[in-house]
Amino acid sequence: MHIEIKRAIYEKNDQLAAEINARLRARGVFTVNILGSPGAGKTSLVRQLAERLPGPLAVIEGDVSSDIDTQALRALGVDAWQIETGGDCHLNAPMIEAILGQMHVRDGSWLLIENIGNLICPAEFVVGEDLKLVVSSAAEGHDKPMKYPAIFGRSAACVLTKLDIAEAIGFDEAAFRKGIETVAPGLPIFPLNGRSGAGADSIASWLESARSAVRK
Amino acid sequence: MHEAGAAQAIVEMLSDLAREKGASRVSSVRVVAGETAAYMEESLAFYLGFFAKGGPVEGARLELEVIKPRMKCRTCGLEFERQRFSFSCPACGGDAAVTDLGTEFYIDSAEFEFGPEVAAAAPAAASPAPRSRI
Repeated sequence: MHIEIKRAIYEKNDQLAAEINARLRARGVFTVNILGSPGAGKTSLVRQLAERLPGPLAVIEGDVSSDIDTQALRALGVDAWQIETGGDCHLNAPMIEAILGQMHVRDGSWLLIENIGNLICPAEFVVGEDLKLVVSSAAEGHDKPMKYPAIFGRSAACVLTKLDIAEAIGFDEAAFRKGIETVAPGLPIFPLNGRSGAGADSIASWLESARSAVRK
Repeated sequence: MHEAGAAQAIVEMLSDLAREKGASRVSSVRVVAGETAAYMEESLAFYLGFFAKGGPVEGARLELEVIKPRMKCRTCGLEFERQRFSFSCPACGGDAAVTDLGTEFYIDSAEFEFGPEVAAAAPAAASPAPRSRI
């Protein structure tokens, strides 16, 4: 007998993510899921945002192995918590639910979730975020939007890092922007120097606007 | 990319449905996936066979419908499905933009069989033979 089902394959994950998001929102917490390749500059972005976003802030670091990023952020006074997946290539809602049970995220906080460095799987799984932010570096090459359309297409903004070495490595920013306009038309692009922090003020302001829009 | 987890979720959902409906077996399942979600049919079928062993989904045939991104040409305005290897307009070669990425990933439908005589006839060998150890 033919039976119509029409159910999302990740419905359990999606339902839990929706519950997590509803609980966080009810407490005034705004949650950002930060995606990008290994070495794109995700942790540098987190560090720069931690210095700029007003109010309490908590960070969940996702890595396959180690707590290097969490230790580095804690040394700067950031309330950072580590998920070590031991092999999983993306974070999912049950992992976030588990670590939130250990954390004490204050009401009205920013919650930054740094996903596993990977341009494929993290795009597929919601974890309770209000929005996704993709970090892409000049070092990865200007063809990344065309090669990994899903991660750019599902993100609300793109942070473009390491432009200070663009000339040395032959990064063509116009080609990168054309790729974005093809696979994710209108996606805002924010250049960032992760070390000096140049460009981070604009990203922080944009996030504050996005947060205000959610509150309305 | 993460076909194993997806296959496990498909087998769980179909097994639960078979139990709820009193079906003895699931003979086929139709899955719809956006192309950019990057699921490979061969890999998904392989893991379905692996996770379905010994349950009502064992031997189920996978039909994967892939939804290509929808695009619109910035030059001639043609609306089209993304062509293989290219994001350009197939008519005029102009630059195009994605209008719908196609992010779906769901079970559309399945064939359920009822009754012990059907279950006894289930071809256990229909599941893809594992080619490597997991």
